[in-house]
Amino acid sequence: MTAATTTGLVSYEDAVRRYDPVLGIEVHVELGTLTKMFCAAEVAYGGEPNTQVTPVSLGLPGALPVVNGKAVEYAIRIGLALNCTIAESCRFARKNYFYPDVPKNFQTSQYDEPIAYDGWIDVELDDGAVFRVEIERAHMEEDAGKNTHVGGATGRIQGAEYSLVDYNRAGIPLVEIVTRPIEGAGDRAPEVARAYVQTLRDLFRALDVSEARMERGNVRADVNLSLRPTPESPLGTRTETKNVNSFRSVERAVRYEVSRQAGVLDAGLPVIQETRHFHEEDGTTSSGRVKSDAEDYRYFPEPDLVPVAPSREWVEEIRAALPELPTARRRRLQGEWGYADAEMRDVVNAGAIDLIEATVAAGTSAAGARKWWMGELARRAKQDEVALEVLSVTPAQIAQLQGLVESGRINDKIARQVLDGTLAGEGDPEGVVVARGLEVVSDDGALLTAIDEALAAQPDIVEKVRGGNQGPVGAIIGAVMKATKGQADAKRVRELVLDRIGQ
Amino acid sequence: MSTISRDEVARVAALARIDLRTDEVDRLAGELDVIVESIARISEVATADVPATSHPLPLTNVFRDDVPEAPLPVEDVLAGAPQQENGRFAVPQILGEE
Repeated sequence: MTAATTTGLVSYEDAVRRYDPVLGIEVHVELGTLTKMFCAAEVAYGGEPNTQVTPVSLGLPGALPVVNGKAVEYAIRIGLALNCTIAESCRFARKNYFYPDVPKNFQTSQYDEPIAYDGWIDVELDDGAVFRVEIERAHMEEDAGKNTHVGGATGRIQGAEYSLVDYNRAGIPLVEIVTRPIEGAGDRAPEVARAYVQTLRDLFRALDVSEARMERGNVRADVNLSLRPTPESPLGTRTETKNVNSFRSVERAVRYEVSRQAGVLDAGLPVIQETRHFHEEDGTTSSGRVKSDAEDYRYFPEPDLVPVAPSREWVEEIRAALPELPTARRRRLQGEWGYADAEMRDVVNAGAIDLIEATVAAGTSAAGARKWWMGELARRAKQDEVALEVLSVTPAQIAQLQGLVESGRINDKIARQVLDGTLAGEGDPEGVVVARGLEVVSDDGALLTAIDEALAAQPDIVEKVRGGNQGPVGAIIGAVMKATKGQADAKRVRELVLDRIGQ
Repeated sequence: MSTISRDEVARVAALARIDLRTDEVDRLAGELDVIVESIARISEVATADVPATSHPLPLTNVFRDDVPEAPLPVEDVLAGAPQQENGRFAVPQILGEE
């Protein structure tokens, strides 16, 4: 055990009062190409072990890699969206290390010549504040294979008897994005870190360069953190928490490291420069291997791959074809929909933008679409602890449902029953209305029968209303609604009741 | 003067899991020595004003289309594996006890 792990934690609030946190984040994104970075093995998630492998991905002697042009295009797309300069010429390099998931004994990466460098991205926080993160570089490399550890209690590497290796993932194109030190986040450092990774995820999706599914490890973050007494002090010693793979975990890992490092510093001990592992179960980090600056990967230029020199024409072509980026799109949609800032933020945070956009495209008003997705549907998603998009109802169905309400064929209350039916797999709202017989009763004859019964049952109320007090009329309307199982148009019932009583 | 010792050759061979006989170790120590000396002579010529060459051919942008081709059959993939299990390479313990 190292001394650092035995010191206590300082409460987060106390830690950020006395120390200034500085972040540095490395994000790896697996590109959504059909084939690997340097060979034509097909990339498909969830294949049988070692069925997506070629001599190149195995690093067999004599195998020659060839660069996937699409992956280069995607890397340039990412670089441009991050406001980077795209290198006139850049090379691949071998990063040498020995580990079973790297069959060549080196990872093909880029070292001193990344394809994109010197950029920035604006990150919007939950309250709408914008924080600019500077990007040092974005470079191309390849993913490693996957180790499964066998034996031992936990399935973890420690205590395992041996390991099994699947090279399907080895050679999948990656782009690694490295920030400059992120200073000035103060007590919002965990939130900035989370929002940054989230912003990149949204960007990858918008650029159509990756499915960017966190749960599949398409996007992985390494979070560096150091503390210093004041923003004017030199940078402190940092730790790197590896492979933090959800937004929430990024936030928690930063928070924990702030508390832990403050404890170490308070005890008068040095923070040890090391990699750390994040533990999802309790939100803590633990010591991995000690990392020194002398760490030597013996980088050298990859002799089997010629330099990549994207022509300026190609870069400009890619720039011109960039899709609308998430921030601009949010701004445009907010304008079109007329949502207030807070409303729009809620929509974004709920992940409802695409759903509302599709619902509006299907003919619903922006207000109507928001009513459903942020109201009833959000409530149900929360209740089931799932994301909105996995509810089994489509934007087109919601548009149809709202159409039924607006045309007066059902009322809001019945609409919720119709939604139940659709969610239960009974089909489109139209079909559910018919199948369940939920159409509003607007036939006056049927309503009058129910009204007469209600009036006869409550003669005292009739007296009061006749006496000029319209207050109790609600009781009659309620009885009629009950008799019609809520399917009556309440406004029409009121008109008819008053008419009947003679008001 | 020899710069590559027999011991070094034997050690590197062991690390690379190459099984060398004693006479091969002797021969390779001599041959590697010649290679190292040749490189040393090049280093004398390559002064600071000579840019490093990473690629002998003046080529750039050799790209492949993103079109899948048949992978290596899994039997072939695993053919050279000293040990395998369920279609995966089995490798010795990576880390000891914590």
